Amino acid sequence: MQTPALPPQGATERARRWRRLRRAVALPLAALALSGCTIPSFGASPGVTSSSKSVFHLWQGFSIGAVIIGGLVVGLMLWSIIRYRRKSDRIPEQSQYHLPLEMIYTVVPILIVFGLFAATLVVENKEVANPKTSVIVDVNAFQWGWKFTYPGTNALVYGQTTQNPVMEIPVNTNVRISLTSSDVVHGFYVKAFNFSRYALPGVDNIFTLRAQNTGTFFGQCTQLCGLYHSLMWFRVKVVSQSEYANWIASFNNPAAEAAAKAANKTTNQQTSSIVPSKPAYTNFGVN
Amino acid sequence: MTDLLKPPVHVEDHGHEEHHGPTGILKWITTTDHKVIGLSYTITAVIMLVIGGMFAEIIRAQLATPNGTLVSLAQYNELFTMHGSVMIYLFAGPFAFGALANIIVPIQIGAPDMAFPRLNALSYWLYLTGAITMLSGFFVTGGAANFGWVAYAPLSNSLNTPGAGADLWIGGLLLTGFSAIFTGVNLCATIFYLRAPGMTMFRMPIFTWNMLVTSILILLAFPVLTAGLIMLYADRHFGTHIFSVAGGGVPVLWQHLFWFWGHPEVYILALPFFGMVTEIIPVFSRKPVFGYKGMIFATLSIAALSLGVWAHHMFTTGVVLLPFFSIMSLLIAVPTGIKIFNWIGTMWRGEVWFSTAMLMSLGFLFTFLIGGLTGIYLASPPLDFFTHDTYFVVAHFHSVVMALVLAGMGGLFYWGPKITGYLLNERLGKAQFWFLFIGTQAFTFPLYILGLQGMPRRMAIYPHDPQWKGLNDLSTVGAVLIGISTIIFVINVVVSWKKYPAGDNPWDGHTLEWFTTSPPPHHNFYRLLQIRSERPTWDYNHPGHRALAHGQHEAHEENDSEVPAS
Repeated sequence: MQTPALPPQGATERARRWRRLRRAVALPLAALALSGCTIPSFGASPGVTSSSKSVFHLWQGFSIGAVIIGGLVVGLMLWSIIRYRRKSDRIPEQSQYHLPLEMIYTVVPILIVFGLFAATLVVENKEVANPKTSVIVDVNAFQWGWKFTYPGTNALVYGQTTQNPVMEIPVNTNVRISLTSSDVVHGFYVKAFNFSRYALPGVDNIFTLRAQNTGTFFGQCTQLCGLYHSLMWFRVKVVSQSEYANWIASFNNPAAEAAAKAANKTTNQQTSSIVPSKPAYTNFGVN
Repeated sequence: MTDLLKPPVHVEDHGHEEHHGPTGILKWITTTDHKVIGLSYTITAVIMLVIGGMFAEIIRAQLATPNGTLVSLAQYNELFTMHGSVMIYLFAGPFAFGALANIIVPIQIGAPDMAFPRLNALSYWLYLTGAITMLSGFFVTGGAANFGWVAYAPLSNSLNTPGAGADLWIGGLLLTGFSAIFTGVNLCATIFYLRAPGMTMFRMPIFTWNMLVTSILILLAFPVLTAGLIMLYADRHFGTHIFSVAGGGVPVLWQHLFWFWGHPEVYILALPFFGMVTEIIPVFSRKPVFGYKGMIFATLSIAALSLGVWAHHMFTTGVVLLPFFSIMSLLIAVPTGIKIFNWIGTMWRGEVWFSTAMLMSLGFLFTFLIGGLTGIYLASPPLDFFTHDTYFVVAHFHSVVMALVLAGMGGLFYWGPKITGYLLNERLGKAQFWFLFIGTQAFTFPLYILGLQGMPRRMAIYPHDPQWKGLNDLSTVGAVLIGISTIIFVINVVVSWKKYPAGDNPWDGHTLEWFTTSPPPHHNFYRLLQIRSERPTWDYNHPGHRALAHGQHEAHEENDSEVPAS
């Protein structure tokens, strides 16, 4: 028995196929373009800072690419699984190479990768830029809590585990965060900022945030730092600029000044020793 | 072509003489036969898979409620540390290059054994000792290591993690590390020096190629881990300050050393499983692997790139050069994509037979696609800042490693009959596949969403966000399904015990291992074939059907529907 010959692919047949393929690809793309601002969020959210919104758009761009490529590959897989499932003991054509095709699926992904890289660079440069600013917050992470100090002022916020220390920052202002750790590696992560950065011992990690909405946002440590890692919480409160000025001014009394001085002297060992052996509100059966 | 019709060359013929050696338990302890060592590796690695899997089930049970009280915070840290350590160090690697490569590579290239059989035995005993050493941490005061499988300094120093559990972890890792290095040396030497006549480099099966590249990566990466571990141990016990700020050291150095091993390690784990799938898909599609040479160059470029991407695990440290590591990481998508298209091209216009091994490979393909696509996000620093250390990352690498588990199970179903002489039950195998495949998706997909909603990894409890319970529960259900699939596998091994004789070539295989008996004799072959392509056994069984380039067509002279020789 002869191998069943492939159906003749004349020029007209090929053109028709090509047209069908073009329509299949063009229609969803056009629909996507027309829908404009209603590009799906793909599970992420825009967040509240200027760079979190850029990150969100980058996320959407990557996701559209992933859905198209993933859909194409799954489609090809399903087609070959269903169409070419074994029906007989026939030995199929033993084709092994198709150089033009192999070139296409090498070169096209390289181009896509450079496109993704270009988009990445644009957002990344925006995100790691450190423009001039007057609002600086020194964030110090320790086992297991956070200390926020504001250089040049008496403002100090300090809290352990679920005490939820609040970092207050003004809206629509560049806020430079200088992040350090007193002991192990911690992670400064605020979901609403779509951003995280390690707090490393011995490194002053500097980055700038510009919150565009007011509100209180939850943050927590994301890098495993020991026993109470799950409870190393904090909050970021974004307030209006006048409210922020009032808040800073509220620390201008001798008691707060003394507290700020004392806190700045606290060493790493001291902070560790005052952490309670159990979280205040519940017993998790800690040994 | 006509050459292949000649009777096979008789290289050696000692079918009449028996190999005399110890039997029973003494055979398993004293053997230097790569097949027996490989079986020891297989059994040990599958036990490790079960142990690591049980840790995972406890972790998922703990996370089923926001304030889980099944284990304490301290025990939880031990559990996920040892889950990761057992799965990465004691299961995935040894299963790939200790178990299947050890058994299959020498047979695939027509060698009588590994190049250094005694070193091979030493590798296994180091691995077993290392595994016991690491796991014995659970029985010492203070419990097992609890600083995560990455052991970031300074959390892993003697101040923050006192106790013998951490030292046993370091010791166990050193031992298994040396085991991996010796296996790497052995595989390299075997592949370079013990190939049968006619088995040129570009006639080697893809699995052997991938194992060669894996071995080279092992030799480049593992010594760095070993050095790092010794530094860590010195910091803990000899008063050095390599990773401590107080003594002028640099904590981030540990991350560099760890990931300089850790990222090539990802490919040390993945490439063998890619190789398994690349053996299985062509056989069950009755076609040669599509783009054989492209596949090899893709593997080589993955290996080359993998040495220059380690800092993508460290984007959020703020102390690495972002664009360089970003573009290098993104570029790995290209050779990986080539592999995926080649696998599809292999099935294209083939005759796809849904045996359990093939189903597992298809499950691998889908799951790995998901893991690969989500990996592209993580190569982009802004998106990594967004998702780093959240469940998105956990979901990403679990898609990848569960794909490897699917491929590994495929490998067991595919090569198991060769090494034992008996097939596994296909019906139970398919049931196992569906539990494993659906379980994997049910387990990982909710984790992607949880990560995007901001759930950090390595959290024993999430009392602040109880709304995450629903997705966590779904993930736990997935983990239970995966657990059931493992139980089905164990049942399958028991009920199929010596029940379904396989014959020499049950799948109409392509490569040399299907030419010898099942199980192969002491030195693997009574006779060898003339090797004229990368499919010697296929060429012998189907002389009129050699592989063709695009545009070439075979002139068929004889009947196509041959019965597979077995």
